[in-house]
Amino acid sequence: MNKTIKIDGVEIPFKEGQTIMDAALAADIYIPHLCHKPGLSPHGSCKLCTVDVNGRAASSCTMPAAEGQEIENDTPALNEVRKTITQMLFIEGNHLCPSCEKTGDCTLQAIGYHLGMLDGHFPQFYPRREVDASHPTLVLDRDRCIMCELCVRASRECDGKNVFAISGRGTKRHLIVNSPTGRLADSDIELDDLAAHICPVGAILIKDHGYEVPIGRRTFDLHSVAETDLDEVILTKARHHDEGDDSGEKEGGVYGV
Amino acid sequence: MNPKPSEHLLHALHAHQQQHRFVSDQAICDIASRLNLPRAQVEAVTEFYSFFHRNPRGRFDLLFSTCTSCGDLSLQQALCEKLGINAGETRGDGLVSIGEASCIGMCDHGASLLINGLPLHSLDSERIGKIAELIEAETALEAWPAEWFKIDDHIHRADLLLQEPLESGAALRVVEAEGADAALEKIRFSDLRGRGGAGFSTAQKWQFCREAEGESRYVICNADEGEPGTFKDRVLLTSYADAVFEGMALCARIINAKQGYIYLRGEYRYLLESLEAALATRREVGLLGSSILGIDGFDFDIAIVVGAGAYICGEESALIESLEEKCGNPRIRPPFPVTSGYMGKPTVVNNVETLAAAAGIVIHGERWFRGAGTWQSRGTKILSVSGDCAKPGIYEYPFGITIQDILNQCGAENTQAVQIGGPSGSLIGPSKFDHHIAFEDLATGGSFMIFDSSRDLLEIIHNFTNFFAHESCGFCTPCRVGTTLLKNGMDKVCSGHGTAHDLDELKATAALVSRRSHCGLGVTAPNPIRDGLKHFPELFEARLLHQEMEPEFNLDASLEEARQLTHRDDAEAHL
Ligand SMILES: Cc1cc2nc3c(=O)[nH]c(=O)nc-3n(C[C@H](O)[C@H](O)[C@H](O)COP(=O)(O)O)c2cc1C
Ligand code: SF4
Ligand code: SF4
Ligand code: FES
Repeated sequence: MNKTIKIDGVEIPFKEGQTIMDAALAADIYIPHLCHKPGLSPHGSCKLCTVDVNGRAASSCTMPAAEGQEIENDTPALNEVRKTITQMLFIEGNHLCPSCEKTGDCTLQAIGYHLGMLDGHFPQFYPRREVDASHPTLVLDRDRCIMCELCVRASRECDGKNVFAISGRGTKRHLIVNSPTGRLADSDIELDDLAAHICPVGAILIKDHGYEVPIGRRTFDLHSVAETDLDEVILTKARHHDEGDDSGEKEGGVYGV
Repeated sequence: MNPKPSEHLLHALHAHQQQHRFVSDQAICDIASRLNLPRAQVEAVTEFYSFFHRNPRGRFDLLFSTCTSCGDLSLQQALCEKLGINAGETRGDGLVSIGEASCIGMCDHGASLLINGLPLHSLDSERIGKIAELIEAETALEAWPAEWFKIDDHIHRADLLLQEPLESGAALRVVEAEGADAALEKIRFSDLRGRGGAGFSTAQKWQFCREAEGESRYVICNADEGEPGTFKDRVLLTSYADAVFEGMALCARIINAKQGYIYLRGEYRYLLESLEAALATRREVGLLGSSILGIDGFDFDIAIVVGAGAYICGEESALIESLEEKCGNPRIRPPFPVTSGYMGKPTVVNNVETLAAAAGIVIHGERWFRGAGTWQSRGTKILSVSGDCAKPGIYEYPFGITIQDILNQCGAENTQAVQIGGPSGSLIGPSKFDHHIAFEDLATGGSFMIFDSSRDLLEIIHNFTNFFAHESCGFCTPCRVGTTLLKNGMDKVCSGHGTAHDLDELKATAALVSRRSHCGLGVTAPNPIRDGLKHFPELFEARLLHQEMEPEFNLDASLEEARQLTHRDDAEAHL
């Protein structure tokens, strides 16, 4: 007999060991998420995927699905909470979307649109964060980092390296590079590593390939984040950046769709 | 953990800093290669814990407690002026540096600071003057007045746990005579619940761990005691340490663990020597090590790991991360430590007091314990009473005692409010002084802070809010950003620039942080503001600017940089 959970009144099946997010994605139900990518170990830090399970708050990307769960997901109240969390992510960094190469391809921005976010709401923190442009083909602009640790996990779990880590506590948190000098140029990251392409915002960018796709024809100009995160359209876009690179296998393996 | 304690990353960083007064980039590389850890992990850990510094500190390094009970930042200011430095800085000649630390657990000893890691208490302006002289004369700490460093237990009321010390090995002998199952049943019938705050059934925790699959198991004593206003574990570890070790060995025997750890907060490093000596004595008499009590296969030992200034490491899964030489980020739960804890193995994490109580229960029987307290909260609770009262110190009461009774016995007068359970607990006013200390009424891990009518309660709430913003690990968005938003909001209200809109914003942010955060820190961080707005709304309203519209940011404060650049501070340069 199939085990099921209910999301917004819709009954969907789940397999033992699946999280609520896993079950939802398999059933084509979108739960907003930023720090989660199928194939990487769940992290549970952004809290965008927060849902109410039998009335209690839980992160759907880490919460195991279990028989009898009645889950609220796409409700005005929860989307308001998620909008506020998205605003928090915007104001704690320095996000100047119109001048960012990632604009239109950025999941943070797309989620902002999806949730009807019109402004940052809170006063900006204006943190000072270092840019690392030392690497010949990659640039790390920490102003835009949202601490999702997708790059940290991608490097460890898919690339078999350990290029990134998060250092510091509280709002002083920041991404660091695991090289003798702390600079990206001295790390063993390579252009076709998944870690170089997985960043959902414009914090890790590929040099020499700016603005190839005109604004207006980018991923989120053509699709909503709900569709793309269900279909992984964004991966095609990431591959498009890798000129002449056929690393689809590795990524396909990760995403296994 | 590395086999040798000196090779635990936290210890290696501490030892290095003792010698060089900071942890340089080079040191990070060296320590990483010596301990065979990724360089980034060493850097991350160095920057996570507040007691590690990336810039040189003075030969005298002072950290003033910011706690409302054991801190007084006006004394910090006074010392800074005498020594000619700014708070947070190191003097040009490298002689002295002054900074801040969250509560250092000296709340019954008046205003306190840590000097080169040692607590120095009972500060007043006279003593500050002498301290300045001793520092300027470069007098070694050993030659400073010894009584300044002497720490008393201040036990004003002793009950079940504090009355008489347990006989060493007594609980283990009972287990041997009656069997591990019977010992666990005793603890179950006693209804002992965790003393660290959450109140989880101890017997059930041990049982889960015992039944969990795994080839090895661990017992961890949580001696992080970071909740401001709590110092009862300090007293237990000073004068009743053997009962705590006994409780750990007892747990080990019941769950079948071979190794235990005490995670001692960095602020209590001064206890390390006596604790190690007490452990050595237990090894000598056959109560630790292999074949305890001469029983074949009863092998168990205890190692101590010392933290480095991070409240979050009291949260059990963050503590385990820290034991594993990482930043103290709380883990995803489930799995819980009882099934997947230290090194992924089944692990019991208990508070110091819980372990001591368990040992007592096995020796004296469950009725000894059940006879005290309420039917939902059995036994006694050790309280750390501090703040505005004649006799701050340790009070052990059966659960069910009223707030008013405690206030009477410790000599508190004109009490405006009491903070029960520390900043993460509840702030109550006189209308609730007839309530009880109990899990079902007012729960506390031990902190009991008293504020009389002379205190500015809004500043107290401000202080607690700053504490959480400082201690948030930053792993999850709601707490990382939210605690800083709450702090900024309180900054604005307390400086007299707040509006009714700001209070609405504070309420909304507080609700979100408390409901959507990843761990207990974020869940409880908004409590001071929420309790304040609920029970003392007039304090907030009295401080508001009564205007319809007010800019989102503090206009005057944002001119500060311009004032500094133009060297002006006259009335015209302010708004
Ligand atoms: C932010 C935070 C800090 C904590 N600090 C402590 C602490 O200092 N000491 C402690 O015993 N428990 C602390 N706890 C509770 C522990 O996570 C855990 O529940 C406790 O150690 C279990 O022991 P017990 O069952 O004996 O109470 C803290 C929890 C949180 C969320
Ligand atoms: S650099 Fe990008 S992928 Fe990495 S933590 Fe920051 S936002 Fe996430
Ligand atoms: S709630 Fe706060 S302390 Fe807990 S994980 Fe989140 S950021 Fe860290
Ligand atoms: S997607 Fe679940 S917490 Fe980030």
